[in-house]
Amino acid sequence: MKKINSVFALEELRNSLIQAIDRQKTVVRVCSSTGCRASGAMQVIDVLGKELTRQGLDDKVEIKKVGCRGFCEKGPLMAVGPKNIFYQKLKPADIPEIVSETLANGIIIDRLLYEDPETKEKIRYESDIPFFKKQVRNVFGRTGKINPASIDDYIVEGGYTALCKALSSMTSQEIIEMISDSGLRGRGGGGFPTGAKWKFCRNVATDTKYVIANGDEGDPGAFMDRSLMEGDPHCILEGMIIGAYAIGASEGYVYVRAEYPLAVQHLSIAIKKAEEYGFLGKNILGSGFDFNIKIKMGAGAFVCGEETALMASIMGKRGMPRPRPPFPAVSGVWGRPTVINNVKTWANVSLIIKNGVDWFTSLGTEKSPGTTIFSVVGNVKNTGLVEVPMGTTFRDIIYGCGRGIQDDKALKAVQTGGPAGGCLPSELIDTPVDFDRLLEMGAMMGSGGMIVMDEDTCMVDIASYFLSFTQAESCGKCSPCRIGTKVMLDILERIKSGQGEEEDLDRLAELAVTIRNASLCGLGQTAPNPVLTTLRYFRDEYEAHIRDKSCPALVCKDLIKYVISEKCVGCGICKKKCPVGAINGKKKELHVIDQSLCVKCGTCYQVCPPKIGAVEKVTGFRKSEREMTNADY
Amino acid sequence: MQKTIEKIIKSHEGEKGSLIPILQDVQRECGYISEEAVAAIAKDVKISEHEIYGVATFYAQFRFTKPGDHLIKVCVGTACHVRGNSLNLMHIKKILGIDEGEITFDYRFGLETVNCLGACALAPLVTVDDEYYGNFSPIKLKKILSKYAKEKAGAEDEED
Repeated sequence: MKKINSVFALEELRNSLIQAIDRQKTVVRVCSSTGCRASGAMQVIDVLGKELTRQGLDDKVEIKKVGCRGFCEKGPLMAVGPKNIFYQKLKPADIPEIVSETLANGIIIDRLLYEDPETKEKIRYESDIPFFKKQVRNVFGRTGKINPASIDDYIVEGGYTALCKALSSMTSQEIIEMISDSGLRGRGGGGFPTGAKWKFCRNVATDTKYVIANGDEGDPGAFMDRSLMEGDPHCILEGMIIGAYAIGASEGYVYVRAEYPLAVQHLSIAIKKAEEYGFLGKNILGSGFDFNIKIKMGAGAFVCGEETALMASIMGKRGMPRPRPPFPAVSGVWGRPTVINNVKTWANVSLIIKNGVDWFTSLGTEKSPGTTIFSVVGNVKNTGLVEVPMGTTFRDIIYGCGRGIQDDKALKAVQTGGPAGGCLPSELIDTPVDFDRLLEMGAMMGSGGMIVMDEDTCMVDIASYFLSFTQAESCGKCSPCRIGTKVMLDILERIKSGQGEEEDLDRLAELAVTIRNASLCGLGQTAPNPVLTTLRYFRDEYEAHIRDKSCPALVCKDLIKYVISEKCVGCGICKKKCPVGAINGKKKELHVIDQSLCVKCGTCYQVCPPKIGAVEKVTGFRKSEREMTNADY
Repeated sequence: MQKTIEKIIKSHEGEKGSLIPILQDVQRECGYISEEAVAAIAKDVKISEHEIYGVATFYAQFRFTKPGDHLIKVCVGTACHVRGNSLNLMHIKKILGIDEGEITFDYRFGLETVNCLGACALAPLVTVDDEYYGNFSPIKLKKILSKYAKEKAGAEDEED
């Protein structure tokens, strides 16, 4: 491959690639990202290839292995032809029919289409499905459309034109001004203005500088960074090259979680290809600018998402944060000025340079322009990744894209921002979501996880879940975080087990404030958020655990018990399935659970046939016991 | 094994901050970080053994004992938690008779938890080696375990 050494050469290549596209061929896009692979996408692709040969359609159909379309729940997914006929939940057995009907004769197979959970209507085309219809896919504009392993695909879609524009017609100052004017804020969750960060770094006079793409997506429940790295790696690289040129960096790192092997693979291919084409390496596009990118894999430490910890990890050390200042923009990796941005921020950079400031600011809110990506997961009907303009309400996201709560239960809370974020009650679902509004409500944007919780979720349990996560991931360097989170967690465990005291709530609040103010890094400073928000919005639930020894959501094991009601017909399924043999009863007679043996695994509750529904969860039984003891006095 | 380790160290020669990549490669090739590996790295990379342990034990990825034939990972991320994976974890522990981080006595299965595998739409999620099992439930477990147990038995038969 001859290196591309000018803007003209790129344009020429792009035109020749577009001309080479065989327009007679039907393109079948099959998602081959982690989510769909987990549901068997690779077998589907395999069978599709064989079936095309068998039915003699090899030269009429092109299979494209594309990145994530965000609708992983319905995978494996396939989009056929220019109008994207959308087939979901595919099995290898469906393929012969797709080839003979849809691909050979253009007949759409109803059974494989998406059915709207509300209207029960079968929807043919991807763009008509509410999950996609309500989205504005800019950052995700190419994922799901192009083959992430093909740099040519990216170039056909206008890739690397932003880089050309930046290198050929803009000074580094102009680039930074443009990013500042766009109002782009860090998409990793902090929301710091990207332009300002770059400016600090550019103004430091030194020979070596670094740029880093942070792909250490540690928030449990968020997977948009994975999806982007897997599905469109070049847009991240392009943004990084532009950024490096603007601040004068010569080397870059992409820091990826080791848990994302496919992202590492696709990024490696992308870097190799970009080097071959001359977008990385020496004298990029004949501009005299040199830049290289290396991949660094994380090793399973949540705290490494924090920028100073991430840099320590790149340098081969324990990933522990350090106090700032000095900020990374002044002294970062190897003591050199470093700009570190989330992978989504980098992807936005190339879009802004390519499409201009007005295009970017036309979406979103005044202080948070552009789009943002949420991973809507939990108890919601349609889970997946959604990209919406900043300022979209929770309602539009959960009920619009997500189509409401599973089993039509009531929405109880929405949790954003991962372990650093907060739980917001259902009353707030008409709030527009952006960086500042979330902070006001006590939550935060974080990396974009949006966990939807239904009425069966216990907020004390959720608070303790998140705190146990941050407590386990605390690096241990500063004591407020190391000891404080442990003490808070102990209190929460106590409350969950029915041993809580009235004063515990004040203790939690006091500890939370101390930890927030005194911790060294973001992990500790935000660790109390889930507790603070649940205390603020769901205090009555804490009180029920403490005063009544009951768990209203029937979750906390120590406060519930399983009982078999009169409805029992004595079928014996629960008795057979009980892992500890705690259920007794003769055939066709009422069964009884021996509470002293029961481990409360819930198996009986699950296996009892729904039409009988004899197994019940009850809570608050200690209340009566307590009342009895009180009466004794 | 010694040779593999030497080869890995050599491939990272001159790389800044090479300790973590070396440890990752060693674990990928050898399955775990052995005492011998640490000693070899210490000698060649000129970092003291206790410093290597300091780094390696900090990160959840590294293990220091021989893993089982099949590694079961239970995702304990939020989406999986909300959809009941803690219950699944309890079941797996009970059936295998081991705790997380342990290996069954016959070295057939190892059990670990992982914070998030990024496939939240399929929650609750359990993986065995590189296979993903979405919408996991205790009912699926036995079937999956027997599949891997059979595989092993089948392989042994062939050897016979």
